[in-house]
Amino acid sequence: MRTAERTLTRDIGALGVAVVAVGASFGAIAVASGLPAWAVVAMSVLVFAGGSQFMAVGLITVGNPFAAVFAGLLLNARHLPFGLAIADAIGQGWWRRLVGSHLLVDESVAFAMALPAGPVRQRAYWSTGVTLFVAWQTGTVLGILLGGSVGDTDALGLDAAFPAGMIALLLPSLRDRDTRHVALSGALVAVLATPFLPAGLPVLLALSGLLLAWRRLPVAGRR
Amino acid sequence: MLIAVIVALAVGTYAFRLAGVVLRDRLDLPEPLRRLLPMAAAALLAALAGTAALTDSGAFAGIARPVGVAVGAVLAWLKAPFIAVVVAAAATAALLRLAGIP
Repeated sequence: MRTAERTLTRDIGALGVAVVAVGASFGAIAVASGLPAWAVVAMSVLVFAGGSQFMAVGLITVGNPFAAVFAGLLLNARHLPFGLAIADAIGQGWWRRLVGSHLLVDESVAFAMALPAGPVRQRAYWSTGVTLFVAWQTGTVLGILLGGSVGDTDALGLDAAFPAGMIALLLPSLRDRDTRHVALSGALVAVLATPFLPAGLPVLLALSGLLLAWRRLPVAGRR
Repeated sequence: MLIAVIVALAVGTYAFRLAGVVLRDRLDLPEPLRRLLPMAAAALLAALAGTAALTDSGAFAGIARPVGVAVGAVLAWLKAPFIAVVVAAAATAALLRLAGIP
């Protein structure tokens, strides 16, 4: 148990380091695009969803604020089904829910889902969420301060690190046959749809994989 | 204008997050449907990993990133520690790029 907890702390820490680097690249790109520092910090604190922040900065820069909001929200719509799935990891009570919801990001969901329901899953969710929140803000501020001297995170291979980490966290769930079929067919649909649809939509289309499991549900469960 | 964009994006994103968490208790889902929720999350995470590994802004992501992710995935399959998976994936992609492979 001790070892498991230490391993979890180390894993989340490693992810935190990578998130600081990506946050720094966000901060640097955002100020280089002409956004004032206060707005960049506000975005990281209030939105706290990296993909949509990069996208919003790009669309604000080309003078399309409505698209920035719309595209960002399309990208973040997946948080609703994530919340449904991991509400138990956030815990009971209003303040927990109000704060815990803001910490819902892909990685806190992935770490929580990788562990059995109960106190271990709760701890994993919260420590991942809090660590990544602090890492993202730290990175953003570093990026604003360092500006152009922040290196390209692709040169460090971080763009490969995040999906690989996600796969590692997903593997335990994939041992269940139904979950494996749903997840893999969903991922296939998403990848195939990506060239044709705006960002965010292909990932949501992955939910179509649920049809495979739906067919196998006992009839009483259908409505 | 800028502040309106940030606030709209922040409020909308937070609404998505909170809605799922709160709805879970409000919706009285029958057990078999409840069983689908973790599957839904797995499908979304797999889709995020798949699209992030293979595509970049809607186009193919090149060689270095998918190969890096594949190395990480194999290590994960072999039950290597998480940190080794992540570091190996990043190092593979970085070294390939250093060698001029995009």
